[in-house]
Amino acid sequence: MTSAPIERTSALRRIRHLGKALTTPLSPDDYLALVNPLWSQRELRGRVEKVVPETENAATLVIRPGWGWRFDHSPGQYIGIGVELDGRFHWRSYSLSSTPLVEGKTVSITVKAMPEGFLSDHLVNGLEPGTIVRLASPQGDFVIPDPPPDKMLFLVGGSGITPVMSILRTLDRRGTLADATLIYSARFEEDMMFLHELRELAGRHEGFTFHERFTDVDGILTPEQLDDVCHDWMDRETWACGPAPMLDAFTDHFQRLGREDHLHVERFTLATAGTEGAGGTVTFGDGGPTVEVDGATTLLEAGEKAGVNMLFGCRMGICHTCDVPLAAGRVRDLRSGDEHGEPNEYVQTCISVAVGDCTLAL
Amino acid sequence: MAFADVREYTHLTDEEVEAIGRELDEIRAQVEADRGQADRDYVTRVITLQRRLAAAGRITLFASMFPPAWLLGTVMLGSAKILENMEIGHNTMHGQWDWMNDPEIHSSNWEWDTTQPAEQWKHSHNYIHHQFTNVLGHDNDIGYGILRMSRDQKWTPYNLGQPVYNALLALFFEWGVALHDLDIEAIRKGKKDPKLLKKQLKQIGDKVGKQAFKDYLMYPALSGPGFFHTLSANFTANIMRNVWSYMIIFCGHFPDGAVHFSEEELEDETRAEWYLRQMLGSANFEGGKLLHLMSGQLGYQIEHHLFPDLPSNRYADIAVKVKDICRRYDIPYTTGPLHKQYGQTLRTIMKLSLPNRRTTDNPAPLAPRKRRRLQDSERPTRRTELGKWSAAASA
Ligand code: FES
Repeated sequence: MTSAPIERTSALRRIRHLGKALTTPLSPDDYLALVNPLWSQRELRGRVEKVVPETENAATLVIRPGWGWRFDHSPGQYIGIGVELDGRFHWRSYSLSSTPLVEGKTVSITVKAMPEGFLSDHLVNGLEPGTIVRLASPQGDFVIPDPPPDKMLFLVGGSGITPVMSILRTLDRRGTLADATLIYSARFEEDMMFLHELRELAGRHEGFTFHERFTDVDGILTPEQLDDVCHDWMDRETWACGPAPMLDAFTDHFQRLGREDHLHVERFTLATAGTEGAGGTVTFGDGGPTVEVDGATTLLEAGEKAGVNMLFGCRMGICHTCDVPLAAGRVRDLRSGDEHGEPNEYVQTCISVAVGDCTLAL
Repeated sequence: MAFADVREYTHLTDEEVEAIGRELDEIRAQVEADRGQADRDYVTRVITLQRRLAAAGRITLFASMFPPAWLLGTVMLGSAKILENMEIGHNTMHGQWDWMNDPEIHSSNWEWDTTQPAEQWKHSHNYIHHQFTNVLGHDNDIGYGILRMSRDQKWTPYNLGQPVYNALLALFFEWGVALHDLDIEAIRKGKKDPKLLKKQLKQIGDKVGKQAFKDYLMYPALSGPGFFHTLSANFTANIMRNVWSYMIIFCGHFPDGAVHFSEEELEDETRAEWYLRQMLGSANFEGGKLLHLMSGQLGYQIEHHLFPDLPSNRYADIAVKVKDICRRYDIPYTTGPLHKQYGQTLRTIMKLSLPNRRTTDNPAPLAPRKRRRLQDSERPTRRTELGKWSAAASA
């Protein structure tokens, strides 16, 4: 985890350096955080200020970031948030729904509780204001250029509205929401986030067209219907965010018509929990070697077979020499049978096997 | 000699040994499944306490010119260093808190307040000492390459000085530990990879520099006219920590009853036998909650050696179950009050400064064997016995 520098001047940097000499092997932040948990930049942190319900199962978390946070994200980007639940930290990514540089120095994400997502449920229904969370800096390239293109189209399904909301709010604030169309599908009216705000936005801006689509009644929007809803879509730069099948369909359609360069897509990769059957393709490091493994070959053995210089000590799960962060996928601990798959969680390669495809960060 | 010939175990059948292994695996699985908020609260509480104590000690020592402040500050700082090394650093670097997925309390990046770099300690301690516990020629913790701690180790006239070396080791324990992973014996024999040696020396140099700068220059300087008072206070606090950790650590494997093993016993050792070796090679001591906290729960050395990466606050409960296993299978479980455990250790150190023929010993010595220190590449690689573990987990 890289932290953003907070030393804006060289004098500050020198003071910090001196402070570090006094607190080694810890950092001054470790002591300052005893006074105020936000006074640390060892890791970006934030305090949950408010939890605002959006729909029955979605809420906006307003977070006041601590030291090291730079309020210069591009609308459309997402952040990582690490929340402690029953002693463990769980990390997820959510799009920022707030505009950059807001008054009061807070950021917000909007979270929708997923049926089997215990963390999203906790965020929506269980998080107390005042909770300290860990943060990871904004990332992602689902952003619009500044100045924005003349004609824009936003295709949104479900919680895909959050990054688009940030984009629309920013355009609204800057007064550059010229000619834009939003086609937003949700199952029914109560399930549609930011409905009120979007309607109000459409009322204020002549050029902004807002199509509400309720799939319980109207069915899912197919690419073929695009001409009916937005006849000039071919002239527009398009941003799409929503469930995978919808994105697949539109990506295909744009490709067939040779317009893929004008489509910007954001996918929410949901960790598929509970995949049965072990084994899969293991990748060692970004772009590193890849091997097929069965459910009995440990990640350590697999790596050695692939010629990767894997660190190991005891090979029996006691010394943690072999620990490696898991970049993607899930693994199973052979001793307990437990599965692990938090992003960036350290796994002991000598006693872990792959459950489906996974990637190790080497 | 194979493992089955170790006298304390000869009454056990192979099936019994496997059954013991399964019971211990089961204890581990239970604790793993049950780790949660209470455990996290425990470690964060200890960390907060330790940091407050350290800060308070440092601040008090700004007034170190006044004897009461000197005394109070030294005790606070020394206690903070003890807590940091024992309960926090040692256990965190074992990976006991890795399950929290908290990057700030994680074995991969923890650095502790002593002269040995964490990375080297994780090799010499987590790997070498914990896997090859009490195996002569493998486990460099037996006497730290300075003391003769087993009748199986050859006597030389050098050993006559043991009482003195022992006192020096206690006082300057952190330095002994700092040099531990260098493997002086390998260097002496010219077997050490010079590249590795250079890297390790640089790591140690960096760490020592920072530690010494902090304790012996920065803080004394900040006390202004109290420079030398603060310096002596910091020095005393470090000695306090050194003597204490030396004593606790020596009580873990050297009281009477803790057995040393030979290389041959490692051959084809199964996971269950590994467990047995940990039980027989370690020794506990008894005491109150505060004593256990200040010793990093190493009074539960046996439990720690069976499950080095389970949270330390669980050892007290685990001990009840382990003791019960030992009772049912008639396996020794070495424990006693701290003073008795250390007394026995001290007696052994004194006794072994003399050649074997001058002393008698209890228990009777193992047959002497040829031994030499091994390089990592020569050490046997353990197999993980996947089949057994998977079966145990699904049973
Ligand atoms: S190699 Fe020791 S825990 Fe994996």
